[in-house]
Amino acid sequence: MELITPEQVAAHNLTPQEYERIKSLMGREPTLVELGVFSVMWSEHCSYKSSRTHLKRLPTRNARVVVPPGENAGVVDVGDGWCAAFKVESHNHPSFIEPFQGAATGVGGILRDIFTMGARPVASMNSLRFGSLDHRKHGARNRSLVHGVVAGIAHYGNAFGVATVGGEVAFDDAYALNPLVNAFALGLVRRDQIFFGRASGVGNPVLYVGAKTGRDGIHGATMASAEFDEEALEKRPTVQVGDPFLEKLLLEACLEAMRSGAVAGIQDMGAAGLTSSSCEMAARAGTGVELDLTLVPQRETAMTAYEIMLSESQERMLIVAHKGQERQVVDIFKNWDLDAVVIGRVTDTSRVQLVCHEGTVADIPVGYLTDEAPLYERPMRAPKRRDAGEASEDKDVAVGGGIDIVSPAPPTAPVFDDDEQRTQTSDDGRRTTDNGLRDHADSLRLLLASPNVASKEWAYRQYDHMVRTNTAVLPGADAAVVRIKETRRALAMCLDGNGRYCAADPREGAKLVVAEAARNVVCVGARPLAVTNCLNFASPERPEVMWAFSEVIDGMAEACLAFDTPVISGNVSFYNETEGRGILPTPVIGMVGLIEEVSRIVQPGFKAEGDTVVLLGETRDDLSISEYAATVEGRTTDEMIARGRVPALSLELEKRVQEACLRLAAEGLLRSAHDCSDGGLAVAVAESCFSTLNRPSVGVDLALCSGTLPVATYLFAESPSRIVVSFDPEAGDRVHEIAEELNCPVTLLGTVGGERLAVKVNGAEEIDAGVNELEQVWRGSLSSRLRAEASAASSAD
Amino acid sequence: MKFGVIIFPGSNCDHDAYHVISKHVGQPVSFVWHKETDLSAYDAVILPGGFSYGDYLRAGALARFSPVMRSVKEFAARGGLVLGICNGFQILCEAGLLPGALMRNRDLHFRCEHVRVRVESVDTPFTNELSRGDLLSLPIAHAEGNYTCDDATLAEMQREDRIIFRYCDAAGDVTDESNPNGSRDSVAGVCNRARNVMGFAAISPRKCLSVAARASERSRPPLPNS
Repeated sequence: MELITPEQVAAHNLTPQEYERIKSLMGREPTLVELGVFSVMWSEHCSYKSSRTHLKRLPTRNARVVVPPGENAGVVDVGDGWCAAFKVESHNHPSFIEPFQGAATGVGGILRDIFTMGARPVASMNSLRFGSLDHRKHGARNRSLVHGVVAGIAHYGNAFGVATVGGEVAFDDAYALNPLVNAFALGLVRRDQIFFGRASGVGNPVLYVGAKTGRDGIHGATMASAEFDEEALEKRPTVQVGDPFLEKLLLEACLEAMRSGAVAGIQDMGAAGLTSSSCEMAARAGTGVELDLTLVPQRETAMTAYEIMLSESQERMLIVAHKGQERQVVDIFKNWDLDAVVIGRVTDTSRVQLVCHEGTVADIPVGYLTDEAPLYERPMRAPKRRDAGEASEDKDVAVGGGIDIVSPAPPTAPVFDDDEQRTQTSDDGRRTTDNGLRDHADSLRLLLASPNVASKEWAYRQYDHMVRTNTAVLPGADAAVVRIKETRRALAMCLDGNGRYCAADPREGAKLVVAEAARNVVCVGARPLAVTNCLNFASPERPEVMWAFSEVIDGMAEACLAFDTPVISGNVSFYNETEGRGILPTPVIGMVGLIEEVSRIVQPGFKAEGDTVVLLGETRDDLSISEYAATVEGRTTDEMIARGRVPALSLELEKRVQEACLRLAAEGLLRSAHDCSDGGLAVAVAESCFSTLNRPSVGVDLALCSGTLPVATYLFAESPSRIVVSFDPEAGDRVHEIAEELNCPVTLLGTVGGERLAVKVNGAEEIDAGVNELEQVWRGSLSSRLRAEASAASSAD
Repeated sequence: MKFGVIIFPGSNCDHDAYHVISKHVGQPVSFVWHKETDLSAYDAVILPGGFSYGDYLRAGALARFSPVMRSVKEFAARGGLVLGICNGFQILCEAGLLPGALMRNRDLHFRCEHVRVRVESVDTPFTNELSRGDLLSLPIAHAEGNYTCDDATLAEMQREDRIIFRYCDAAGDVTDESNPNGSRDSVAGVCNRARNVMGFAAISPRKCLSVAARASERSRPPLPNS
């Protein structure tokens, strides 16, 4: 038996201390196979060793939660005997190395997590973050990443047959060399037909089903737990190739096998493949497993036990069948032309025992791999924050939650020489730039063309967002809505993140993200139910990053408690750093809401001429970290983070605004509702004017009073807790009655009609633009910015 | 009237088709696994959308070898109604039951969006309750919906009134801009010479299924408040 060298330990991404711990637990030196098994089970990706201690502060239960975190996906009860299983997971590292397959297999992995629970996936979404498309140095690469990632998602989701109904696409140079690709999926399952990843029943056979095992993806989990550099691109062979067709067959075969009653437990082979699926199933059931690796279906010759255990070949599952019913499972898979082979059995030893040609190659107590995995209380340190007036050049001062921003301002961007003067003028909010953009209509055009605000149609048109005919609110709205067939119910869902806020103030930022996600599902008439989260951060070994992580958890916990939306599943992605520079702390929230009566769904966009438009909530001085500051004032992200102020969020006010919107929707009074967020009030109103499937574009006449706020602030501030709603004027009295009863601030904005967006503020005309013209700007921006590379990345199909 | 919905490995609009026929059309319907060969129980069979065999090689190119396809040919020859939607249309072309072929979309992207089509012929069992010139707003969802055929075939189909649907704009005009995928002559649907086999060009099954079953409006998912 070979001796393990320090180099081998390091190559497995284990620290010398961790290796010592393995030796002392085992009472001997591990075999190479055992070292491999420990390395993946103890990796950050599988063990959550840096985050576990913080994650337990999140609320995870309420009366609706059926399966809290810990299984492949969380499950909530949505009524009429139905449950929703959902989860979001990152595939950041693979997507940077190989965008098409990285994104595709991200979708494949999250879909397996859902149908492992017995749920048929009915919707998927994705949250994507890239560097800016016109970045001087990385622009071409960023554009090519967008093409590749979107094509990969389309490739997998479309062929699999799940509706990709929404999500978000955002751009910031902090993600230039470390894009974020977070994939979400939701499935439906009857409450009494949920399956678990448990190797229960001593003596039960363990079956390997699905694709054959190859040498692809070996050490994917450890790769995802390490920082990046340009050489990481050489790791391309560790990114697997997805086969959505095979996954579709696997889905149907698994669901059929589950219905047959032969399945005792089932788990997908995701990160760390056969290793994590077998170990986790045994750990959850408190049993052991014994596997004969020579029986594993292989598509390459002469694979070693080490390779078989660490392969991350896609589209594979591990099934524990009831003893005596394995034949039934095998026959079902055979009908779908899939492999299903008994490779071992459940034991009462609480050990993972692996046999190969050469005899026993691994024999490890399961607990060593799970309960005994390292748990770190990583050091934390709040970064010093540069205050607005203080023009410090101190290089040690951490910007953005202790994270260096990837791309400093390109010299061509408008930069202000005189810090002091700028601070003063920005308070004015009106003359913040020297580039002549004083006309608010021009500012609005700039914002509508900004890739962060512009229509994402270029992306979602490539996704089949209607397959299975349940999609009731199409992509492009605040949240997507999917009907539950055979019932009057529907589920709303959205993904939200905001790296800038979380970098400037991680705790408040996380609260704002949760609040916006809840508001988004409220805007289509859904009551927020539960949350899944994807926590994207830089290296946990840096105290500032760990501090931000901890703050984000506390902020998220507070907000989730306030909305009674427990976190039922999620994923932590650390080490999002390239060349020593980290991303912004970017927790992404997947919010799912329930609509009990489909006829009360609120569709986006103004509906009829003459309708009244009002704002629920209040606008405040929240312009310093905003799309306006970035796009119109030309501020860089690090400037905004260092000098800006995160909007003050009152969870109380937020709840009152959301409750008012829900009540109005439930009484059928609302013609439209739209969250006021990126780009502020002006953008929210403009988007409500644009054409929809059911009507051409329509104008609106607004007469506003900015009060003490500068006009630009009033029009473009991104204050939270605001929703623009429209309704038949005859409903006006009832609307005000409800708002008053719930103590929700209401401001009359104007009336729908005509073909122009006409905005008067304090009696003066500030914007008067044709809606069609604005819509063209908004609709065409993303595709024209991406056109140059149109054919480059979409060739793989 | 008894419908059969064929499931190929990779079909993913099979449930949509089943749902529309059973709930909205109100006719008996069963799934038919692609390895089955007996279609004698059916009056009409539907080849649903999806990615049969992953659309690897070419959309529909592998599915045409499924055991059930030989029976579909015999079924069609006996006069049974055959409707291919989206991937099903691609399979019917590959199997030679319909002329022409479907290529990658002009822009090489998968396109999922609502388009308008104009009814060009009502002389089929699928469209005989529509009116010539009717405009339908239908969703499409395909990567290979770009219909092509040779000049002689096109001329023959035009002469025999076998182009059933064309893409058009909101005013009903057939223009290059209103053609979402580059299809020749903006063709969105064709039928065979005997008029009992129709392919609906890569248009997803949702509303067109009910067109086939003469209930075009009823199958549409409710879009309240709109």
